[in-house]
Amino acid sequence: MVKVCILDYGSGNVRSVYNLVSFLGYDVIVSNERIEIESATHIILPGVGSFGAAMGKITTQIPLKVLKFEVFNNKKLFLGICVGMQVLMEKGYEHGEHDGLGWIPGTVEKLQVENLPLPHIGWNDIIIKQDSDLFTDLGDIKDFYFVHSYAIKTDDSYILTETNYGSNFYSSIKKDNIYAVQFHPEKSQKAGQKLIQNFLAIS
Amino acid sequence: MKKHRLIPILLLKNGWLVQSKEFSRHQNLGNPTTAVQRISEWGSDELIYLDISKNEEYDIRRNDQNYPNRQSFLEIIEDVSKVTFMPITVGGKIEKLEDIEKRLKLGADKISINTKSLNDIGFIEKSSREFGSQCIVVSVDVKISDNNYFVYDHRHSCLTKLNVLNFSKEVENMGAGEILLNSVDRDGLGSGYDIKLLNLIANHVKIPVIACGGVGEWHHFQEALENTKVDAVAAANIFHFRDQSVYLAKKYLYETNMQVRKPDLLSIN
Repeated sequence: MVKVCILDYGSGNVRSVYNLVSFLGYDVIVSNERIEIESATHIILPGVGSFGAAMGKITTQIPLKVLKFEVFNNKKLFLGICVGMQVLMEKGYEHGEHDGLGWIPGTVEKLQVENLPLPHIGWNDIIIKQDSDLFTDLGDIKDFYFVHSYAIKTDDSYILTETNYGSNFYSSIKKDNIYAVQFHPEKSQKAGQKLIQNFLAIS
Repeated sequence: MKKHRLIPILLLKNGWLVQSKEFSRHQNLGNPTTAVQRISEWGSDELIYLDISKNEEYDIRRNDQNYPNRQSFLEIIEDVSKVTFMPITVGGKIEKLEDIEKRLKLGADKISINTKSLNDIGFIEKSSREFGSQCIVVSVDVKISDNNYFVYDHRHSCLTKLNVLNFSKEVENMGAGEILLNSVDRDGLGSGYDIKLLNLIANHVKIPVIACGGVGEWHHFQEALENTKVDAVAAANIFHFRDQSVYLAKKYLYETNMQVRKPDLLSIN
C-alpha cells in the first residue's frame, strides 16, 4: 500500500505537490513528523527558490537523521523536485557557496545559456539518456515545466535525462532508490501526472 | 527545445471575471473558477490571475448569472490550484512580504507586482531575495506620451515620469524574474501588440518578457514571436469569447511552425 509523505520546510510548491498526489487518489500527508516519515513508502522533497535559503530551512525543520536512515537503510523511495533535487548535491553556488545534503556527489551551478533569458522559465523537452521506470508510457509528450537558473553537475552514471537550454543540463537523475527532477511535475499537466504515478508505482 | 508560452490573463474585479478596455471600462464575464477550469482543459501553458478591484468589497449581491458569488480572491486561488496543474501567477494588492507568502501557500507559483514597484522599488529586491527571482514577476503598464513610453500607474489612473526602459532594467537589477509588459494604449483594441515597445524592452533585458495588450487575432501572437525576443505571449479578452480558444490559438501557432507546445485538450475529471 502506497503511503506518501511530503516534507514541509515552507517551500512554495508543497501545496501544489500535495494537490496533485491527492488528486491522483493516493494516501498522502504533508509532514516532518518522525512517525509519518517512518511509515511512508514514498517520500517527496519539494522545493523552489534559492539553494542557501532552502538548505537553511531543511537543516532546521526536517529531522535529517530519521530521513537519512529511512532513505539509506530502509531504502525508502525518494523524489527530490527542483531545489529538492539540487540540495542532494554536496555544494551549491547560488549567492555564495553553501553546503548541500551531499547524498549524491556533485555541485549546483548557474546555467550556461549564452544570450537566452534567465531564469529558464517554461516548457521544455527531456532527452532520455538512461531508461527508467519514471518515464514509462509518457508517449510523445516529453515536455515539462521548468523554472530555475541553476542546475546540477554530477557523475554521468546517475543521469536519466538531459534538457537543452543554451547548453545541455541534467534534468533528472537516479541513484539507487533516490530519484530527482529539476522540472516541476506538479505543474506539468498530463506528463507530470504520469511521472508522479510512475514514481509511486515503483516499489 | 524550449517552447514559447501562450498565457491567458484573467482579470478579477470584486470577485467577478471581467473584460477590460483601455484600462477603464470593465464588462462582467461571470464566475472566475469555472473560467479557469475551462482554460485549463484547453491545455493552457500557464495562467495569470490579476485582482484589479480597487477596494476589498466583494460583490455578493449580484446573482444575475444564477449562482451566488461569495468567494474572496484568496479562496479563488485556493480552489483554482486544486484543479489546474499548471503554473499560476497571481497579482493585485501586493504590499507586504506576507501577502506573497499567503498566496504561495494557497497554491500560486509566481507573484505579479505592479503598483508597489512604483513607490518602493526596493520591495522587488526584498521579495526576490526571500522567495527567489523565479517567483517575482513585475507587471509594467505602459502608455505613450509625446512619442515616448512611460510607466502608467493604474491604481491612481495617471502617467508616471518613469521611462519604461530604465525602469525595466532597474527591476531586472533588483532581482525580478520576469517582466509582464502591458500596453495600455492597445488594451482591449484588438489591433495587435505594440511591436516597437516589445523590442525596446526584450532586446535590452536578460530576463524573460511576457507580451501583453492588443491581441485581437491569433496571428497577433505569431507577429510578436516572429519579430521580437519576447519569451511568452499573453492576452485576456480574446480568450473569453470563444469555445476552446486557448487550444485553437495554440493550434494556429503550432501549425505556423512557432515553437509552442503541441495543442492538446485535457480532461480534468
